[in-house]
Amino acid sequence: MAELTATLGGDAADRARFYVREHHSEAPTLLGFWLYLMSDCLLFACLFACYGVLGRNYAGGPTGAELFDLPTVAVNTALLLLSSITYGFAVLEIQRNRRGSTLAWLAITGLLGAGFVGIELNEFAHLIAEGNGPRRSAFLSSFFTLVSTHGLHVSFGIVWLVTLMIQVGRRGLIAANKRRLMCLSMFWHFLDLVWIGVFTFVYLMGVLP
Amino acid sequence: MSAPADLQKLLLGRLTWDAIPLHEPILVNTLIVVALGAAVLVAAVTRYRGWGPLWRDWITSIDHKKIGVMYIVLGIVMLLRGFSDAVMMRLQQAISFGGDLGYLPPHHYDQIFTAHGVIMIFFVAMPLVIGLINIAVPLQIGARDVAFPFLNNFSFWMTACGAALVMVSLFVGDFARTGWLAYPPLSELAYSPDTGVDYYIWSLQVAGVGTLLSGVNFITTIVKMRAPGMTMMRMPIFTWTALCTNVLIVVAFPVLTASLALLALDRYAGTHFFTNDAGGNPMMYVNLIWIWGHPEVYILVLPVFGVFSEVVSTFCGKRLFGYASMVYATVVITILSYLVWLHHFFTMGSGSAVNSFFGISTMVISIPTGAKVFNWLFTMYRGRIRFEVPMLWSVGFMVTFVIGGMTGVLLAVPPADFVLHNSLFLIAHFHNVIIGGVVFGVMAGITYWFPKATGYRLDPFWGKCSFWFWLVGFYFAFMPLYALGLMGVTRRVSHFDDPSLQIWFQVAAFGAFLIFLGIVSFLIQLVVSYLRRDSLRDVTGDPWNGRTLEWSTASPPPPYNFAFTPRVHAQDAWHDMKAHGYVRPTGDFVPIHMPKNTAAGFVLAVLSTVCAFALIWHMWPLAAASFAALILAAILHTFNYDRDYHLPAEEVARIEGDRTRLLAGHG
Repeated sequence: MAELTATLGGDAADRARFYVREHHSEAPTLLGFWLYLMSDCLLFACLFACYGVLGRNYAGGPTGAELFDLPTVAVNTALLLLSSITYGFAVLEIQRNRRGSTLAWLAITGLLGAGFVGIELNEFAHLIAEGNGPRRSAFLSSFFTLVSTHGLHVSFGIVWLVTLMIQVGRRGLIAANKRRLMCLSMFWHFLDLVWIGVFTFVYLMGVLP
Repeated sequence: MSAPADLQKLLLGRLTWDAIPLHEPILVNTLIVVALGAAVLVAAVTRYRGWGPLWRDWITSIDHKKIGVMYIVLGIVMLLRGFSDAVMMRLQQAISFGGDLGYLPPHHYDQIFTAHGVIMIFFVAMPLVIGLINIAVPLQIGARDVAFPFLNNFSFWMTACGAALVMVSLFVGDFARTGWLAYPPLSELAYSPDTGVDYYIWSLQVAGVGTLLSGVNFITTIVKMRAPGMTMMRMPIFTWTALCTNVLIVVAFPVLTASLALLALDRYAGTHFFTNDAGGNPMMYVNLIWIWGHPEVYILVLPVFGVFSEVVSTFCGKRLFGYASMVYATVVITILSYLVWLHHFFTMGSGSAVNSFFGISTMVISIPTGAKVFNWLFTMYRGRIRFEVPMLWSVGFMVTFVIGGMTGVLLAVPPADFVLHNSLFLIAHFHNVIIGGVVFGVMAGITYWFPKATGYRLDPFWGKCSFWFWLVGFYFAFMPLYALGLMGVTRRVSHFDDPSLQIWFQVAAFGAFLIFLGIVSFLIQLVVSYLRRDSLRDVTGDPWNGRTLEWSTASPPPPYNFAFTPRVHAQDAWHDMKAHGYVRPTGDFVPIHMPKNTAAGFVLAVLSTVCAFALIWHMWPLAAASFAALILAAILHTFNYDRDYHLPAEEVARIEGDRTRLLAGHG
């Protein structure tokens, strides 16, 4: 009997040396999404670089100081920053597994985001109506491209948010939905960070003489 | 204009019957051959009832091994197209002297050199390299699949659809006539008003999304899914180089996406990023595209450095010499590759300080690369070398690549570059490193891992033929170009006046013919190996006496790769397992968690292609509809939560039992 146990022990030891019976690697989704965000960050870096090179090429057209309406942009910035806070509240509710209040905070976040996009579209419409569209000069080309790429990201984020709200409504805060909500959270805060860059480099520095 | 004409313009944009090149006999003949080939293929698949299996086992498959095989098939098919372009150029330049204008009008010749470059880099080299990574990396790290199997399938189909768009441009409309990087202002609407540049932009955007996602996927896979015990410094070198390559993909491809998007905005929305007027700056594009473009060449070459490391170590029966220095060299090259882009345009006039910085940083790259070459040589030193076909490619690489590296250092000297810029010397240099490095490496890798992917080895005789034709053909084809370049002959020229140059081009054309024989030998090798697959069968799963984990499982591996996840104790994990008397587990299996196949990747990629085609031809309603369909399909896909299943333990036991019997029968 003792001998048999020893043999079994030897087998088990061999097995333990060569392989594991059940192996679960860590969930990779958040790292993967983080990597995607970094690639997106580089996309914005290129647009910022273009703005840096072309941002003062007015081609005889208007300058940022003449075009930008800082109070409106400040309101817009406040909306977006506030939406990041409300998404943070949604994440707190997710951790407490409260579906109803999660959905409520997500809805508020989405509305703030929609307000941001609305004000931005309004600003664009004014500029284009006055003949200062993206074709006017390299400065306006790079301005419109940088700002609207950010705006497109926010719009896409809103579509994603609504989709997730439907999915949370139907299936609740299951693990898959929580993971998706965390990805969107990273996306949303990332856009906030990019906007701080846009606000500083494009608008604030743009009105400097 | 009448109402029907308006409607046609709305629906079809600028697509008319004139877009079909019925007046160009070369293209018509090609079209007929391609159509006949496609008809035969469709008939054969139908005859052998292949559509069901093709759809279930390949098109919708999320198995990294099958996706890898599909990447390699794509790369080989596109190699034939890209090589046909090369042969046409070599023929034209060999005959087009003095009064003879050759057989290609400039309009056509310019499309050919553009398509050749685009296809060879994006749709031959990239799929082949990513294909090898797909097949080998998850197996080398002891994983069951990649981190995001669905994304992997989607990435492949985006790449394949980008390639399809380039192929469509052959028969519907024109391709770009701008050179493979489409520099503005030539690529702006004012100078290239037709569809050529639009085909270029959208095929690369579609394929670029695939490549970027594949980069994200493999970094995550390598960081998160390694078998227990496999620390970073125990990873096989191929996995290390794959990791660095995918890091480069994630940091470089967004720059390509951005620069092409800005060029597209210039062409579609009338912006002024790269125009000469209204404050635009064409050099901005040249900087941006090379910030992607230089890392791109390392994206291609780093993995093949990994292949050579695996091959040299295996066929010398030794641990790789200087593993740690190999890892550091790879990482240093990864970082430096991002700091040298300006050496592609020293002549831009950035001033001596800037040119000196980029010249020196370029030369510094030769230090880690040289360290690698010495590591391979020292691995061979006192090794028990087996000159199997992968080893032949490796030795051919070491000789050829070093020559290419040295001409690269010459070009890195800014004053020398002012003389050699845009000359055939440059063409010879980069073909020297891409053929001598990437192509030889991919051929070594295909030969090395072919038994793992298919279950039988490649026939060595035809492999040796292919190797020698490629090697000798390369020297015949490109050494004359070095000489011509030193004499001042520039690239992208379709006709010459000086008859004394002709002999060099004729020698180069002969070299292209030898390379043609090399490619034919490779195709024959595939067919012969398939016919003789029973005698070439790899029963053990370890045909080369390998050292890394992919050789520890069956050839081809079961869908789950490993019945139990291996535990790693050393570099060269499989060699270590063999040395410690590893015995295959034959019972006590557990259910295995597996991802389900899905058609979503294929559907999304096809919708993207439709959208891209509509944008190229200005079919705005179709573009809007297909884009909306794309977004909708992506959203619908997220409503599918039923994405995985458990392969029951009995099924695992059955598959493993079959293998046990096979091994016993083999003795």
